[in-house]
Amino acid sequence: MSEVNTKQTEKKLDDVTRVRVLSPGMMVAKRFFRNKLAIVGLVIIACMFIFSFIGGMLIPYSQSQVFYTTTEMRKDYAGATEIDQFQFQLGEGASLPKDIYSKMILADMQGDSVIETKDGTILGAEKVGDKMYILYSLTETKGGADVLKAYKALEKGESTIEAGGKIYFFAGKDDAPIPTFYEGEKIATASQMSFTAYAADMTMSLDFCEMALRALGSNMTGFEADGVTYSMEVEEGSALVTAAGEEYCFISNMNFNAIGSDVYLTPDYKLTALEAIENGDASFVYADAEGNEVEYEIENKNGQYTIKRFEETKVIATYEAPSKEHIFGTDANGMDLLARLMYGGRISLSIGFVVVFIEVFIGMIMGGIAGYFGKWVDNLIMRIVDVIYCIPSIPLYMILGSIMDYYKASSTVRIYVLCIVMGALGWAGIARIVRGQILSLREQEFMVAAEATGISTYRRIFKHLIPNVVPQLIVFASMGLGEVILAEATLSFLGLGIKYPAASWGSIINAVNDSFVMTNYLFVWIPAGLFILLTVLAFNFIGDGLRDAFDPKMKR
Amino acid sequence: MKKFILKRLLISVVLLFFVSLIIYAIMRCMPMSYVETQAMALATRPGAKSYEEWVKQLNAQYGLDVGVIQGYFIWASKAIRLEFGDSWYWNQPVLTKFQNVIWYSFFLGLVTFMIEIAIAIPAGISAAKKQYSMTDYTVTVIALLGISLPSFFFATILKYVFSVKLGWFDLYGIVGRMHENMTPIQQLGDIIWHMVLPVVTISVVSIGGLMRYTRTNMLEVLNSDYIRTARAKGVSEKKVVNHHAFRNTLIPIVTLLGGSLPGLFSGAMITETLFQIPGIGYTSYVSIMQGDIPFVMFYMVFLAVLTLTGNLIADILYAVVDPRVRVS
Repeated sequence: MSEVNTKQTEKKLDDVTRVRVLSPGMMVAKRFFRNKLAIVGLVIIACMFIFSFIGGMLIPYSQSQVFYTTTEMRKDYAGATEIDQFQFQLGEGASLPKDIYSKMILADMQGDSVIETKDGTILGAEKVGDKMYILYSLTETKGGADVLKAYKALEKGESTIEAGGKIYFFAGKDDAPIPTFYEGEKIATASQMSFTAYAADMTMSLDFCEMALRALGSNMTGFEADGVTYSMEVEEGSALVTAAGEEYCFISNMNFNAIGSDVYLTPDYKLTALEAIENGDASFVYADAEGNEVEYEIENKNGQYTIKRFEETKVIATYEAPSKEHIFGTDANGMDLLARLMYGGRISLSIGFVVVFIEVFIGMIMGGIAGYFGKWVDNLIMRIVDVIYCIPSIPLYMILGSIMDYYKASSTVRIYVLCIVMGALGWAGIARIVRGQILSLREQEFMVAAEATGISTYRRIFKHLIPNVVPQLIVFASMGLGEVILAEATLSFLGLGIKYPAASWGSIINAVNDSFVMTNYLFVWIPAGLFILLTVLAFNFIGDGLRDAFDPKMKR
Repeated sequence: MKKFILKRLLISVVLLFFVSLIIYAIMRCMPMSYVETQAMALATRPGAKSYEEWVKQLNAQYGLDVGVIQGYFIWASKAIRLEFGDSWYWNQPVLTKFQNVIWYSFFLGLVTFMIEIAIAIPAGISAAKKQYSMTDYTVTVIALLGISLPSFFFATILKYVFSVKLGWFDLYGIVGRMHENMTPIQQLGDIIWHMVLPVVTISVVSIGGLMRYTRTNMLEVLNSDYIRTARAKGVSEKKVVNHHAFRNTLIPIVTLLGGSLPGLFSGAMITETLFQIPGIGYTSYVSIMQGDIPFVMFYMVFLAVLTLTGNLIADILYAVVDPRVRVS
């Protein structure tokens, strides 16, 4: 041979170097790699593995990491109600009986100035304006009061007299000649107004409230209280009180309260809101503490005004469209879909391989035993195979799924159970193939020869029979992989297979059961569906290519 | 031949016994939420027995208080007389419900079956005629695509395109909104219209198998000796394919199709559920979800019977169609 090589003479037709001898394995490989579809399948599977197993390692997110986003949400900011109940501003140390609210309304309607409450307290109400009263605590007195002056006042329709710096009330009954006199001591003011101080921590003295009400009642533009002179701008039921040019207090017949406990509504804000409410505006603009103009919306519901504004709120990023951070967007739970597709691919592919391994393992042993020993063993095993063939698989998986739902099996347990059950139901087909193959091989000459040379049964099975079955097994397994992945995806799609928080491709598409998601969030279900399709298709391409490659009849 | 059929029938009965036993055992594991809910409702009635007593009584009533084996024989003795009891969820006898829904499934199955035959067999044969041609590759790829397509994904795409985007079909259901006001002919048309998408889904998903089966068998026949002989004798290619090859290809195909005839009644669970076609598949899906044991038990055994019948028909047909088998 070396002679031929060195001389480089023309080779003869039957020259050893000319005839390339390939081993059977190489022949199969050569035929396989010539099949374009099979190569496409191989490439797809390789990509899927890289995507699922390596991609899952590289991606910074985990499969169950929830993402949040901030969004502008219209939230209730403040409420405003027109005051239709008397508000009391108490002096220091004073208290009012509990039924004063109803008694006050009654007195206001009937024009009484002396109020007797349930617990016996007698109160005097001095009217200083429309629904504005100064309240006094009364004690009955015999002397000191000028009866004549009282009668004169009574004729004029008044019910109080002043004498010696003190105020006296008298309640005259129609049949009683002499009215009862009371000496009054100022304890509170009653009005349907709310007082808001400009400084948050300031409280208003009783004197201030009283003088403000008096001024309001008599339409004055200024008053003096606690030795300070205040001036007042009155505007349709509300008033702005200023002291020495500085805004001091805001009085209005609207009651404002902030929804959030940390919000303080400034009188200025209230004034702006009030103006908007009175003008019937739907919204107004007010600058916040930093000077940014914020738009507020007003909603009126039976005299109840709700002021709303847009606020930044942290929410779960559900169904977020694909972006730089989330290439495939996010799902209903705000989880990154790319990460879930990767981890789901791991589960789908692993389940496929585990199930097919179990199927082949059981199927090979059972089929081998049945085929080799024949007779009643064969009969028994084949009847078992028939029984398993008859059990409807998808309904059975569904029942198992609902049983696991009932016992609240964890997602890991579900995966294991699914693998075992699918494997236990899937081996029947493999057993049939192996048995048929072994039956026909057993009759061939090489087996007769093997028996004649006295090789042990063990070696006959594992050295001579099994290797001859392997090609068919490989074809069946690669096609079976696709079937298992499809079955698992279907189950997960029905919500009975892999469950949240674990992901599988089927459970990702499960989202389309909500028609809104199906219509509006294509990015949620299209990729997972394509992944399933591509993977199963690739396994089928490979299986098809392998079949052609193994079968010498199909030679090109 | 009679002896053969009789033997096969007996084996089928024995198989059915074991299959239904297994199914019954699994069914007994199903959560008994139905009985519990019923007992809860009954116990709240004025003057009723306590919850525990009701549970006991209901379990006895439904034969759930005995062991699995004993319970199975109670069930089987009734099932032989075609007494499958009352469905828990549907509130009517299982068989009545079955008769109400089976025809939707059968219609769906039959139309799909015919479409499949009409497309798959010619496609498979023309692929085999020119192996490794463009036609062959196309058929192979289409067949594999159909096999690989998850039916729920394909159905969703169809729904998205034709129901949501184009608005041609309703998303769900067997009848439209105006069904009650239609004339009988329009009603029939309405139902057929609603069957279009499910039929397309099932056809596309299941067509691949038959296509590949036809192709493989046709290839085998075309590679056989008698075809070579026919060609060598100068028979025209048309006659070789249509007379010699096709007729022999029909043997396994007819066997397969005959075997799948009972399957027309089995319903397509996933597709029916997705389109909410009230056939046997969708009804069973709802029953499984609701833990309706009598109905699910019936459905599973029904499916097993269909499979066994299919195998039996295939075996018999094989002998009938192929004279060589009869002789030996």
